[in-house]
Amino acid sequence: MKKLIAALVLTVAPALGLASGGHVALEKANIDLTDQASLQSGAKYFVNYCMGCHSLKYMRYNRMAQDLGIDEATLRENLIFGDAKPGDLMTNAMRPEDGEKWFGTQVPDLTLAARWRSPDWIYTYLKSFYTDPTRPYGVNNLVFPAVGMPHVLAGLQGVQEPVFGEHHEGPPVVTGVKLTEPGSMSPDQYDAMVRDITAFLAYAGEPFKLERQQLGIYVLLFLGLLFILAYAMKKEFWKDVH
Amino acid sequence: MSAEETTTTGFLGWIDKRFPATKVWNEHLAQYYAPKNFNFWYFFGSLAILVLVLQILTGIWLAMSYKPSAAEAFASVEYIMRDVNWGWLIRYLHSTGASAFFIVIYLHMFRALLYGSYRKPRELLWIIGVVIYLAMMATAFFGYLLPWGQMSYWGAQVIVNLFAAVPGIGEDLSVWVRGDYVISDVTLNRFFAFHFLLPFVLAALVFVHIVALHKVGSNNPDGIEIKYGAKGNRWDPKAPADGIPFHPYYTVKDIVGVVAFLAIFLAIVFFWPSFGGLFLEAPNFQPADPLKTPEHIAPVWYFTPFYAMLRAVPPMFGSQFPGVVVMFAAILIMFFLPWLDRSPVKSVRYKGPIFKVALAIFAVSFVVLAYLGLQPASPIATLMAQIFTALYFAFFLLMPFYSKMDSYKPVPERVTA
Repeated sequence: MKKLIAALVLTVAPALGLASGGHVALEKANIDLTDQASLQSGAKYFVNYCMGCHSLKYMRYNRMAQDLGIDEATLRENLIFGDAKPGDLMTNAMRPEDGEKWFGTQVPDLTLAARWRSPDWIYTYLKSFYTDPTRPYGVNNLVFPAVGMPHVLAGLQGVQEPVFGEHHEGPPVVTGVKLTEPGSMSPDQYDAMVRDITAFLAYAGEPFKLERQQLGIYVLLFLGLLFILAYAMKKEFWKDVH
Repeated sequence: MSAEETTTTGFLGWIDKRFPATKVWNEHLAQYYAPKNFNFWYFFGSLAILVLVLQILTGIWLAMSYKPSAAEAFASVEYIMRDVNWGWLIRYLHSTGASAFFIVIYLHMFRALLYGSYRKPRELLWIIGVVIYLAMMATAFFGYLLPWGQMSYWGAQVIVNLFAAVPGIGEDLSVWVRGDYVISDVTLNRFFAFHFLLPFVLAALVFVHIVALHKVGSNNPDGIEIKYGAKGNRWDPKAPADGIPFHPYYTVKDIVGVVAFLAIFLAIVFFWPSFGGLFLEAPNFQPADPLKTPEHIAPVWYFTPFYAMLRAVPPMFGSQFPGVVVMFAAILIMFFLPWLDRSPVKSVRYKGPIFKVALAIFAVSFVVLAYLGLQPASPIATLMAQIFTALYFAFFLLMPFYSKMDSYKPVPERVTA
């Protein structure tokens, strides 16, 4: 049996390697969903820089305000543009056909982006734009080759040039990026801001996550207690079975 | 069981004169004598009923807010998750429950293999069980389309395309199943209708399964027929000596199993509902897009052993049909199991080394095939899938030979602890 298991592990291992290879390593986002200041900052940057094109159409303004500790006056003043009401879904005026005309594809809704990508992916993506004159908007992305969108945060981050890896044949391969022209934020400030946006999108993907985990603790404590009682009852009933 | 009529009075007496309430209670619970030596493996029958009830209840509550239309389905699931009170909990219970149902059933079936619970006189009980398993798979397949995410859509596309591989009528058959040339709104509507109907068929089949079980009596880890052994216990001089009343003994024992199961199940629901992408796949958080095929399409984990077998068989005469045949044969062969086992004993406890090794290889093959079915196809994965598919079938097809030549130990008269 042991030999069989060892043989299995040896034969399965290469298949595992094949499945995970061929992608750029993602940076850890290290977000903290309990940090309301970070989520509020992420919401602010998202609404100002992203929401012109990317909607959050399954998310409501007032749900976000309530969960993130934003009062209604601040919400109306700083986070709601146009004539949307606090109870409305966070949509925008962009039509799908506009996206196809301007960016070559429909602009995706980002409510669930952190769930079908991952927070680490979003964090790395927002840090991985680099200059590429062959692209319509002059930029490309390490984790999303031939990306359709422009680098909206370039004013904050600055300009990044591609780093080409060692290679022997074929076209040069981009393996990294380096900052050549600083933006209005320092690299640390930029990382923190991108982390906030990532945290906000992770929140938007599952707004009830903290509530779910909190409740789960009580449920498991209750079941632990119930298990002791159930087990004692079984023992008592089974005393006379031999 | 006592021959004389139970005499009840009052309200229960009024009922009993018109409906056999006390009689059914006694015959199936209070005076139904089950072997006293059930072990860990005997928790999964009652747990399967628990999960079925959970799925039906959460399913009905989901259906109150779900919209089975291509335009609205995905958004209605998010509406349930965000705007319906406790909607997220009901939805996670249902999505985790689907996987839990298969885990419980796979363990329940493995118990039958361990202790020979499919052998005479329980052939029909086993066959009804396999029918239940088929109905479960159909229910799960229909339900998986409903969230209308990318994996829902493309998974259904791949599976329905299997029907197109049937020679001659294939194309027409797949259009008939879909109601369209691609998976579309009309497909979603009919899948919803079937997903709502089948659980009640399943409940009826479970009832029949229990009727058959109570006719022949439960097997046990020793594979001894307590009905034909020594007679007389504390409750009844004519009842099996090794039997104890199902109620209260096994009801209180099953409650322990239920609480332990719920602790594991709810830990997943509350702390890890997507289960690393196995219970809720990441691509399914993107709405279905008929124009964008995902990089890698795989069915949900409980179907992947059969999916791996499908991919293991190379196309013959330019047709995928042989793979489809092998895949369905892998399930249909289970129906014949009661007649493939020629060992003189039922339980693994008294069977010889050949059966033990065969069962271990079979279990490992099933798990490895499940893993391979989740992975993208590669030459080495395909080769391994072929080897383990062969081992899976060898367990059944060679059983008449190895079970007969295998050694065995004498079975004791009475059950052991």
